[in-house]
Amino acid sequence: MAGTFGNPEVVQEEVDILIIGGGMAACGAAYEIMPWIGAAKEAGVDITVKLIDKAAMDRSGAVAQGLSAINTYIGPNQDPADYARMVSNDLMGITRDDLAYDLGRNVDDSVHLFEEWGLPIWKTVNGERFDGATWPKEGGKLLKDGGEPVRSGKWQIMINGESYKWIVAEAAKKALGSDNIQERVFIVKLVNDANDKNRVAGAVGFSTREDKVYVYKFKACLLVAGGCVNIFRPRSVGEGQGRAWYPVWNAGSTYTMAAEAGAELTMMENRFVPARFKDGYGPVGAWFLLFKAQATNAYGEVYMTKNKELLNDYPPYGQAAVPASCLRNHLMLKEMKEGRGPIYMDTVTALAKLRETLSPREVKHLEAEAWEDFLDMCIGQCGIWVGENIEPEKKNSELMPTEPYLLGSHSGCCGIWASGPEDVGAPTTEEHPEADKIPAHLPQGWNWGYRSMTTVRGLFTAGDGVGASGHKFSSGSHTEGRMCAQSMVKFVMDNKDWVPTLDTPVEDLVNEIYQPVRTFLEHKDYTTAIDVNPHYITPRMLQFRLQKIMDEYVAGVATYYTTNGHMLAVAEEKLGMLKEDAQKMRAKDLHELLRAWENYHRILTAEAHMKHIQFRKESRYPGFYYRMDYNLVDEENWHCFVNSVYDKNTKTWNVFKRAHKDLVDKSKLFKPAAH
Amino acid sequence: MPTFVRTDKCDGCKGGDRTACMYICPHNLMKLDVDGSATGHAMKAYNQEPDQCWECYSCVKICPSNAIEARHYADVVPLGGSVQPLRGQDSIMWSIKFRNGTMKRFKFPIRTTPEGSIDCYGGKPKADLANLGKALLTRDVMGGYRAGNPAELICK
Ligand SMILES: Cc1cc2nc3c(=O)[nH]c(=O)nc-3n(C[C@H](O)[C@H](O)[C@H](O)COP(=O)(O)OP(=O)(O)OC[C@H]3O[C@@H](n4cnc5c(N)ncnc54)[C@H](O)[C@@H]3O)c2cc1C
Ligand code: SF4
Ligand code: SF4
Repeated sequence: MAGTFGNPEVVQEEVDILIIGGGMAACGAAYEIMPWIGAAKEAGVDITVKLIDKAAMDRSGAVAQGLSAINTYIGPNQDPADYARMVSNDLMGITRDDLAYDLGRNVDDSVHLFEEWGLPIWKTVNGERFDGATWPKEGGKLLKDGGEPVRSGKWQIMINGESYKWIVAEAAKKALGSDNIQERVFIVKLVNDANDKNRVAGAVGFSTREDKVYVYKFKACLLVAGGCVNIFRPRSVGEGQGRAWYPVWNAGSTYTMAAEAGAELTMMENRFVPARFKDGYGPVGAWFLLFKAQATNAYGEVYMTKNKELLNDYPPYGQAAVPASCLRNHLMLKEMKEGRGPIYMDTVTALAKLRETLSPREVKHLEAEAWEDFLDMCIGQCGIWVGENIEPEKKNSELMPTEPYLLGSHSGCCGIWASGPEDVGAPTTEEHPEADKIPAHLPQGWNWGYRSMTTVRGLFTAGDGVGASGHKFSSGSHTEGRMCAQSMVKFVMDNKDWVPTLDTPVEDLVNEIYQPVRTFLEHKDYTTAIDVNPHYITPRMLQFRLQKIMDEYVAGVATYYTTNGHMLAVAEEKLGMLKEDAQKMRAKDLHELLRAWENYHRILTAEAHMKHIQFRKESRYPGFYYRMDYNLVDEENWHCFVNSVYDKNTKTWNVFKRAHKDLVDKSKLFKPAAH
Repeated sequence: MPTFVRTDKCDGCKGGDRTACMYICPHNLMKLDVDGSATGHAMKAYNQEPDQCWECYSCVKICPSNAIEARHYADVVPLGGSVQPLRGQDSIMWSIKFRNGTMKRFKFPIRTTPEGSIDCYGGKPKADLANLGKALLTRDVMGGYRAGNPAELICK
């Protein structure tokens, strides 16, 4: 029975493991899981798996364009503890060392696989650097055989990464087999188990190509649908509004679906406000670290030097050898606010200086390297350069902090509270003055049996989904997905006789998902203008309203990232009404149904962000946001995690503290205060 | 900075039921106008929501007719420039034209192995359930496990 626009066909499927998402983490899980499923089969347990992506895996997720660097590669000469320290420092001290350390010791394995599969990785051979296709002719070696990567920073290595996602997806698709992959299905929500409300039993979504609703039942689920973009008004609001820095298509599905299923979130107050090349949002990492460029104000003054005294306001973090990303923004914002903009990346001086030190062969490549850095991962920036006649060796480019994004794998750490490894000394109890405010059904300590399981049984996450860790990037997200694959197989084997039962009738789920379509069909002839109708709201306007609220009250660019308790209270009221109005979303076609549910996911994620900022009475990330009523980093009261759970029935949040603990010594990071 | 489709080049992927650009766009933007009702050009594709385009060029790179280009976003970028790729099996060639007419060409490697050649588990150990949850499948063969100095873990 084929469906119609108002009456979709309902497809029901039962599998053991469902993977939601097809990005780096999902591809890691897909690769790792099949041999373990094979081993389980030999032991007499049959396990089925299915992967659902809203797009096509070859180019879905944040790596769609490609990347020019792998940002997490430890190498033989650094310790996972150094990595955990760096993560902590960049995120102002509040991260889970257990998660970062575990990632650090495992991540290089995925990078070695990428190279085996065909990803070109730059190498240094006899002191000279070569691109990923040239070094074999020069006698270079694979990374796994001791080859020396070209570092663009302590943790980053350069690649020719245009086809990065294509390659990683090829391995994942081959491993899983096409029968176990469903593309162009958008998952809207998870369904709890009828007999255990703290467990997941299913998920529902719809096809963006045919009138079909999919209802899946499973024992375990990996939720890896990326971070969240476009909850804040972007800096360009016309045709260029799609040019966000993080990919516009990651809509907070991970956080919202987890929250609605009852999973504990962590550090949702954290955000990332990257300082990037203005308007195109081209990456700056290679410019700072590889090309050694400096950023200046309009008068040529290097603000990191000029304003370095400001770092003393934030001990001990300000005294780190490399100040946290937010603090670097803090120093830049002073120049902008006091009217000494524009801010520039001094590409002209940097390239001229490099010419003096590089070999003639390398100089020949230098211009291409500078362009490739953008062409591999941010082609839009080249669009700006050609339109404005900018050649980096002749003309400097403007820098600008973007609107805020929510993510857990890049330089941010919002996400879901996940179970960590058991062998690194993580706390197993919760001991602090407000421990009694943690809802009793939630686990104590940092591990509860299955690595990367959330606080909801059967629900796992990785990559942008895991909170309080950050700086995993592409390679780390892949690795975390691989770890989840094993935990899920273990979980399914331990629960092999358990049968999932959905807590909501399938018919109700289908009605809920298709409500925007029915609302449209019912009311569309009430007015002569299809978009202006008192009975519904278009997803587009829903998004504009969300962005206006967040921008103006929750520390967006409109207020130079500032807010206070009063502004947050206004935001709370307005978001509440927006959430109500989301019940009246319309969808005039399947494409708009996609936009409708994406924006619903955005709203709930935005609300979580607002609630967490409201709860944390300090400004933990100066340069990313400031609560002007508590404009300090308050180590005494707020050196802790802020976590929350959402009640989908009352539609309210419960926000609380969890204790922070260092598992590696952080004092090595800091110089003595320079007062 | 949306993409656009050239009427003189797009052949609707020869009337197949799924066009390359629709298949690939991560944001579901490319659409085939089957009867011409949306654009006046039947059986040609178009970008149905230009202001949601990330300019990731996935559609540009995959179009078999080289029919898709980008006109960088008009509310930000002066007209006249263009950045156009030609993606092959192992490399990609970029033709770059500035507003003032300056031209540049770059060629970069994209892959060191033939497309489709990945052998996922060749040379890898068999998974052993005794190790489930303890080590990644490839830990011994890929040499990427960094054990770390135990003294660094201060709570153990
Ligand atoms: C501009 C930019 C620059 C970056 N630079 C680097 C770099 O230089 N080096 C580096 O190592 N890393 C870099 N990263 C980080 C890296 O891309 C991410 O860390 C990584 O992709 C995160 O993996 P993930 O699996 O969590 O999410 P993603 O890879 O984003 O995957 C999310 C997946 O979920 C799918 N999805 C979303 N919602 C749904 C839904 N509701 N239903 C079904 N499917 C859904 C998407 O289609 C996609 O397949 C960069 C990222 C960006 C955006
Ligand atoms: S991929 Fe190219 S030829 Fe095919 S429909 Fe799209 S624009 Fe037309
Ligand atoms: S450039 Fe990317 S986002 Fe834009 S239409 Fe093409 S594939 Fe879609």
